[in-house]
Amino acid sequence: MTVVIGFEGSANKIGIGIIRDGEVLSNPRRTYITPPGQGFMPSDTARHHRAVILTVLKEALEQAGLKPADIDCVAYTKGPGMGAPLVTVALVARTVAQLWGKPLLGVNHCIGHIEMGRLITQANNPTVLYVSGGNTQVIAYSERRYRIFGETIDIAVGNCLDRFARVIKISNDPSPGYNIEQMAKKGSQYVELPYTVKGMDVSFSGILSYIEEVAHKMLSSGQCAAEDLCFSLQETLFSMLVEITERAMAHCGSQEVLIVGGVGCNLRLQEMMGVMCKERGAKLFATDERFCIDNGAMIAQAGWEMFRSGQVTELEDSWITQRYRTDEVEVTWRD
Amino acid sequence: MAQEKSMAVSEFLSNAELLKQGAEARVYRTKFLGKPTILKERFPKRYRHPVLDEKLTHRRTVQEVRSILRCRKAGISTPVVYFVDYTTHCIFLEEIVGSLTVRDHIASAQQPGSCADAELEQLAKRIGQILAKMHDEDVIHGDLTTSNMLLRRRPENKESDLVLIDFGLSYNSALPEDKGVDLYVLEKAFLSTHPNTESLFEKLLKSYAASSKRSAAVIKKLDEVRLRGRKRSMVG
Repeated sequence: MTVVIGFEGSANKIGIGIIRDGEVLSNPRRTYITPPGQGFMPSDTARHHRAVILTVLKEALEQAGLKPADIDCVAYTKGPGMGAPLVTVALVARTVAQLWGKPLLGVNHCIGHIEMGRLITQANNPTVLYVSGGNTQVIAYSERRYRIFGETIDIAVGNCLDRFARVIKISNDPSPGYNIEQMAKKGSQYVELPYTVKGMDVSFSGILSYIEEVAHKMLSSGQCAAEDLCFSLQETLFSMLVEITERAMAHCGSQEVLIVGGVGCNLRLQEMMGVMCKERGAKLFATDERFCIDNGAMIAQAGWEMFRSGQVTELEDSWITQRYRTDEVEVTWRD
Repeated sequence: MAQEKSMAVSEFLSNAELLKQGAEARVYRTKFLGKPTILKERFPKRYRHPVLDEKLTHRRTVQEVRSILRCRKAGISTPVVYFVDYTTHCIFLEEIVGSLTVRDHIASAQQPGSCADAELEQLAKRIGQILAKMHDEDVIHGDLTTSNMLLRRRPENKESDLVLIDFGLSYNSALPEDKGVDLYVLEKAFLSTHPNTESLFEKLLKSYAASSKRSAAVIKKLDEVRLRGRKRSMVG
């Protein structure tokens, strides 16, 4: 049996999870929530993580019913992410690894999402749509790498949603994306927005500029309601995502889709992807907010795979990096 | 009139052989006026809003035909357009008989034991030249991949003919930005589909740069877009 504890804190979530051979023993998490109209700043986010990380660690061990001695490896997020929060979490991971005398393992955050999705859904070799506040990528595995076939050429889809939420002051609690999703259910009028797909790549910055420009005018003149804007934005953004996923599937000859990342728990996105899959006889795999949104167990799971294939990170190599592409990691645990 | 045409098209569809379902269309093989024909049907995508679907489908059908004609006028090999029906969004295209995709060609040339390096370099150079020519006509392909390039073998000619297909995402633009992004899209598709071909793609870009007088600004934009792509991986 191999038990791995995973530390995640690359953005505004701090999570610590414990995995024992594919079983999630515990996965507590806290979210740093800012007032409406505001994003989360790196230094404030790091301060939040510092304040709660030991409480979360205690919870993770207690819920799993384990002592430090039972753990075989300490995994932490090496990147990509915001510098200050990453440093905070890596520091704690390094400290406990030395206290407990356990090996350390630096994990790529994106790989964590993919491996967690594969574990929970049992998808074998899917085309992966990874959508979150910082990343938008269409990924498929070949020859020991998760290769990026399509991605955003500017901002991430979650960033576009978050910043739209700030423009019309939608609450960040529990997350801006969740609140947009609920409001969109009440929207009916379709407002035409720019639609920018470039092959398997997408661009969202133009849509954001456009909606920032027109939102207040349309709302104050009564042309449409805030709910209609949420609805139209979701329909447009998600259509683009489904389209590039389908293009990558056609290109790779794939019959499976796995959606991961924070935006991936949006049910409308899952529904649209499901319709596309049905039209081409493919299968959709998706998970809920526990595993889609950043969490500790996903880092533990990727760490578990890496550790079992013989990888460890030496103390002097246990740095973090804000830029760490999915395809930089050699996948030593798959054929 | 439109009604009559659509009925005729649906007859074609029911007799045609489905080849594959791409990202936005079903592709069939059939005969049109006795000629081997590829029928491309942009069927409604039920996952997207009907207003958006109609807009995209119509625009892409129109753009595909326009760009093909523009390329053909410039002497770039693309399939001949036989017939278009805007009601059912169907395009009847010449079938490139006896062709294989550049993607399959590179994959087989990369097999161990096949020492086709020089030949692949030659192919990369030709792709670069043709793309330069296309961009000089201000045609942006919009979905450049090695699956969207065909090699047609000509028995009378030693060298096979390179045919560009699938102009559904194409449009007209003279902006170096748009051309740079077009190359960026190809670069990503190329390198992710064919591992360890960085130097081959470098040759392609070099030949592109040498073939077009306006390439300097495009390559500069390409470098910019690459950096833009890096920024996006800042936050997880």
